[in-house]
Amino acid sequence: MANIRSRKFVLPVAALSVSLLALAGCGSEGSDSAGGSGDADCAAYESYGTFEDAEVSVYSTIVDIEAERLEESWADFSECTGVEVAYEGSKEFETQIGVRAQGGTAPDLAIFPQPGLLAAQAQAGYLKPAPQEVSDLVDEGWSEDWKNYGTVDGTFYAAPMLANVKGYVWYVPATFEEKGWEVPTTWDEMTELTETIAGEGEMKPWCAGFESGEATGWPGTDWVEDAVLREHGPEVYDQWVTHEIPFNDPRIVDSFDRVGDILKNDEYVNGGFGDVRSILSTPFAEAGQPVLDSQCAMHHQASFQAVNWPEGTNVAEDGDVWAFMTPPIDAAQGTAITGGGELIGAYADRPEVQALQAYLASAEFANARVAQGGAISANKGLDPELAQSDLDRQSIELLQDPNTVFRFDGSDLMPGAVGANSFWSGIVNWINGSSTEEVTQTVEDSWPAS
Amino acid sequence: MLVVDRAPKSGREKVQIAGFLAPALILLAVGLVFPALQTSYLSLTGRNGEFVGLDNFVWMFTQPEALVTLRNTVIWVVLVPLLASSIGLAYAVFIDRARGEKALKALVFMPMAISFVGAGIIWRFVYAYKGPEQDQIGLFNQILVWFGQEPKQFLLDAPENTLFLIAVMIWIQTGFAMVVLSAAIKGIPTEIVEAARLDGASAWQQFRNITIPTIRGSLIVVVTTITIGTLKVFDIVRTMTAGQYETSVVANEMYTQAFRAGEPGRGAALALILFLMVLPVVVYNARLLRKQKEIR
Repeated sequence: MANIRSRKFVLPVAALSVSLLALAGCGSEGSDSAGGSGDADCAAYESYGTFEDAEVSVYSTIVDIEAERLEESWADFSECTGVEVAYEGSKEFETQIGVRAQGGTAPDLAIFPQPGLLAAQAQAGYLKPAPQEVSDLVDEGWSEDWKNYGTVDGTFYAAPMLANVKGYVWYVPATFEEKGWEVPTTWDEMTELTETIAGEGEMKPWCAGFESGEATGWPGTDWVEDAVLREHGPEVYDQWVTHEIPFNDPRIVDSFDRVGDILKNDEYVNGGFGDVRSILSTPFAEAGQPVLDSQCAMHHQASFQAVNWPEGTNVAEDGDVWAFMTPPIDAAQGTAITGGGELIGAYADRPEVQALQAYLASAEFANARVAQGGAISANKGLDPELAQSDLDRQSIELLQDPNTVFRFDGSDLMPGAVGANSFWSGIVNWINGSSTEEVTQTVEDSWPAS
Repeated sequence: MLVVDRAPKSGREKVQIAGFLAPALILLAVGLVFPALQTSYLSLTGRNGEFVGLDNFVWMFTQPEALVTLRNTVIWVVLVPLLASSIGLAYAVFIDRARGEKALKALVFMPMAISFVGAGIIWRFVYAYKGPEQDQIGLFNQILVWFGQEPKQFLLDAPENTLFLIAVMIWIQTGFAMVVLSAAIKGIPTEIVEAARLDGASAWQQFRNITIPTIRGSLIVVVTTITIGTLKVFDIVRTMTAGQYETSVVANEMYTQAFRAGEPGRGAALALILFLMVLPVVVYNARLLRKQKEIR
């Protein structure tokens, strides 16, 4: 009880002092900080030590509301250890991080959304290997797959931070019930349902939007990755992303065509926007809206689509909108999901940087961030009950289920020349009318030789 | 500079010259010459910094996506200076001494005040597409719909989409051309114009034989300035299409290859080509300026 009361008192004071610090614009940490030592709240952070005038700069792609929540989740850590976190989020992260590292103005910590980019930075010799403490934390909290994503040429560099699950198909439960449509459990059933909806003529079965500035096309890569993983299993998937089989291997072409049967058919898309090509001019964040407006039935997008719905939309199994996982092609193969996540690479090895690295790799951080809502983590120490929505809970359970085959988003694992360039533009040209053979050949040709 | 003054008498002048030139030369070396040499070397290396000879240039002149980039840049460089200058000139001539000249000028000059990125975003809305059964939000497609046409994917339909991007640059640059040329027209001595009138020259003859020769210098400055600007065009393309749908130009492709695809060598090779394209224009401009000084 006393605990709760003191926490109630500490939080506003802590928040107030943090905001005052920000207002004062000075990084000096008063010794009479609120909370004080020996407080129940700070006990959890004692192992990280305390620092005077320490500042760690963090750079990532996360902006707006997500960034506020992120900063909120390390506020207590800052408060108790005295490590000020100077956070900077930018949509230009992917191009800027390389420039900054080359120019000698790298941040202390960078949160990489793509293992491929992390590997490039590590191979260029900019990153510092992760301290033992972080390595142990990752062994404890994550599966081996996840640790491998942060490992480059046998050296472990980066702990995972948050995760997202891709491959959800969003729909309105009430509409499905009204029309008597069943949530499909196999890909074939999904195709049948697509035909049924198109036949009824009341709405298009699918809506999609691939427009995302210079990254236009990426939502399409998710589609293809989902199909490859489900159709040919994780082994072929791994061979595909590591280029052990060519990008235009017949099996990959099959998966492309499987997706094309839906996305390149004017009968099936693009509800609420127009024809097939309108997929390219529809911003990905707006593409799901017709689902709510009954102009399209289904929308394929990762778990973060939950924040793209208008304010006040209830995301739940019996709510305004809900999602089922893209069904398996062969039900006997079990569940396989693709997803993404962030990895935290360090450009500096000062003690305060390593302290923050260790905190970000801990289950405490995962729990603190997830409790803010709108995020999940694959950390085993995460309590699914903390999830702020049914969807997050479902995603966490999927991630923590030992039987789930999880594979990282393929385009994020491929070299930048493919995963952040030719694969995207390949999808764009494909939707714009080029044939699968032509597109996969072009992407294959662009694969770097080394 | 005090030290320069104390140099021995015989070589004093040379020392003085060196003293005054040194800061500029050092800055040039650090800011221009060295990076240029470094870029030239970079263009001969692969993605991991290994030496690959002319591979990047081979890629540039054989790969279809790179060739499209070069083709588009040529289209840009031909059309933008030509159209922006001629529209600017015609406008300047027509509104010369018209009523409300100031307001009419301001109208055309205003886009000049908008950044390329801002203009790109504005025009993206103008070209925005929605399916025929939706309400249009793009001005052009709404006009098409009023005329009973199908809405058009202005930015997706190659090759004409490049022309729609070029229109944005012309929209910006016309104001610049108009203002400079208008000032030059105002500088034509009235005696000549009056003499021509008395001789019974038609408006067209006046324009051909008096206006154009008199403002030739300004005209060339305008065309070359816009040409250099057009060769470097990047922001418009990146904001509106990011170089997709066969609209990429050299500067945009350079950025994409160097910073997104992780191919600094290819980016450097493209930068070098861009430099070689701009060079003749700059040299011509410099020589012309020198000639004009001699006349004066």
